[in-house]
Amino acid sequence: MSARRADRRPGWCRRLWATPTGRFGVIVVALVLLTAAVSLVWTPFDPQRTDVPNRWAGPGWPNVLGTDATGRDIASLLMAGARTTVVVAVGAGLVATLLGLALAALGALTTRFVREAVAVLVDILIAFPVLLIAMMIAAVWGGSLWVVIWSVGIGFGVNVARVTRPELRRVLHSDFVLAGRASGLGTGRNLIVHLLPNVAPVFIVQLSWGMAVAVLAEAGLSYLGFGAPVTQPSWGVLLAQLQQYLTAHPLSVVWPGLAIAVTVLGLNLLGDGLRDATDPTLSRRRGEARVHVPEVVA
Amino acid sequence: MSLEVRELTVEIDGRRVVDGVSFDVPAGARLGLIGESGSGKSLTALAVLGLLPDGARAGGSIRWNGRELLGMPERELARLRGSELGIVFQEPQTALNPIRTVGRQIAEAVRIHERTGRAEARRRALEEAARVQLPEPERLVRRYPHQLSGGQRQRVAIAMALAARPRLLIADEPTTALDVTIQSEILTLLSGLVEDAGMSLVFITHDLAVLSQIATHGIVLEHGRVVEDAPVAELLTAPRSPVTQGLLRDATATLWHPEGRDGGLA
Repeated sequence: MSARRADRRPGWCRRLWATPTGRFGVIVVALVLLTAAVSLVWTPFDPQRTDVPNRWAGPGWPNVLGTDATGRDIASLLMAGARTTVVVAVGAGLVATLLGLALAALGALTTRFVREAVAVLVDILIAFPVLLIAMMIAAVWGGSLWVVIWSVGIGFGVNVARVTRPELRRVLHSDFVLAGRASGLGTGRNLIVHLLPNVAPVFIVQLSWGMAVAVLAEAGLSYLGFGAPVTQPSWGVLLAQLQQYLTAHPLSVVWPGLAIAVTVLGLNLLGDGLRDATDPTLSRRRGEARVHVPEVVA
Repeated sequence: MSLEVRELTVEIDGRRVVDGVSFDVPAGARLGLIGESGSGKSLTALAVLGLLPDGARAGGSIRWNGRELLGMPERELARLRGSELGIVFQEPQTALNPIRTVGRQIAEAVRIHERTGRAEARRRALEEAARVQLPEPERLVRRYPHQLSGGQRQRVAIAMALAARPRLLIADEPTTALDVTIQSEILTLLSGLVEDAGMSLVFITHDLAVLSQIATHGIVLEHGRVVEDAPVAELLTAPRSPVTQGLLRDATATLWHPEGRDGGLA
């Protein structure tokens, strides 16, 4: 591995960009973020402006992706819907990170009694599917984006904890953590320097998968009526509305579906790429079995 | 700058694995702890640094410059580790963090005790890498542990242990995982570094031949007890305990048949 001195970017950035899949993930996620940001100040049309005479226009000009049953511009709706997607993915990611790392740390670094208790708690919580959590929250507080954020956040936080906890234990008992302590490293600094970076690859994959599921869950839960209110532009709401006319106008359904699918794929590939990029030893053992990602149905 | 260990005991889950070990390491002395695996020599070393695994309890007394180390608050112990008491472990393979460059790891050890900036720590890391004779230090400090050979990794581990200039170095079988030629290189290096810095050394090994190259005094352990305590020359020429005699037979076997202990090419 030759070190290119001119390249000032950190190694993991370079390695992430070097693989086609990693690059694809970065580009997709960047595009979604950019679209969401642009939609705050500009969309081709007002996403909620109806134009009944112009309903079901095909893709063309000025409605690039066509219009829906009330003549709203689908491209503008998608752009505005990206905001919802970003909010949900980031929100659920944050909740999952905080909850997952807290549970993993409690389950790995504390006294034996607390560790076992946390392990049991995680095993119990993992039995609750995201959809069930969402319905329970929605039953109490009514449907909103918060339902999606909290249900996916909690559901995946538990997943993150379950996968990160044994990894944390493994690293905790490794010689280099002992060597770190032997050279005078305090507990907190040991955590930052040795423990967290060494569990990062596993954690990142879980997190990116969780965020991808959040995007899917937003669509699914909004579709079921637990998520975004119909007045808020969202890919899930749009998909639910357009799907009613699937037989008559099949092309229009493709756009929100495509947006969701590509975003989910992009998040997954970004997570995979980041995992590979943050582990410098991986170039040697590529092709080794990947971390198993549990199936979660939204 | 002396270490006094008195009647040290270590219990793991109620089982006594170190049982009344006592020894002195005066300033500049080179002491060897020798014994079969499971004789308690590594636990003795870890007890000195307060790094015993969960569930292990130490009793007796360990004094460093007159200060009792057993029962010392973790915070104070952490300050002594690295700056006054250093340790090199057996497995250079696992003693380095796999996802940080070795230069950063050496620099980290410097930064813990000397509040230096990043650039200064990096410069010091290079200096330390050169001191342990890491070949091409400018290039190798930018590498990750898996890109170095076993011998190079052990040099990095030694550099980390010595970065903050400890007064006592504990070397826990630092050459066992290496092949014979690299072993003698590392031994010569350690010997020179200890000599130059005027450090004390506690060298742990199961190999009397290795011990004879680096230590002047030897403590032989068996099942957690001291069975012999004598100058190394005496252990080699007139071993009194059966354990030492056994170790000596192994060592001479190695000398005559370096290919393997059980006959080799003979």
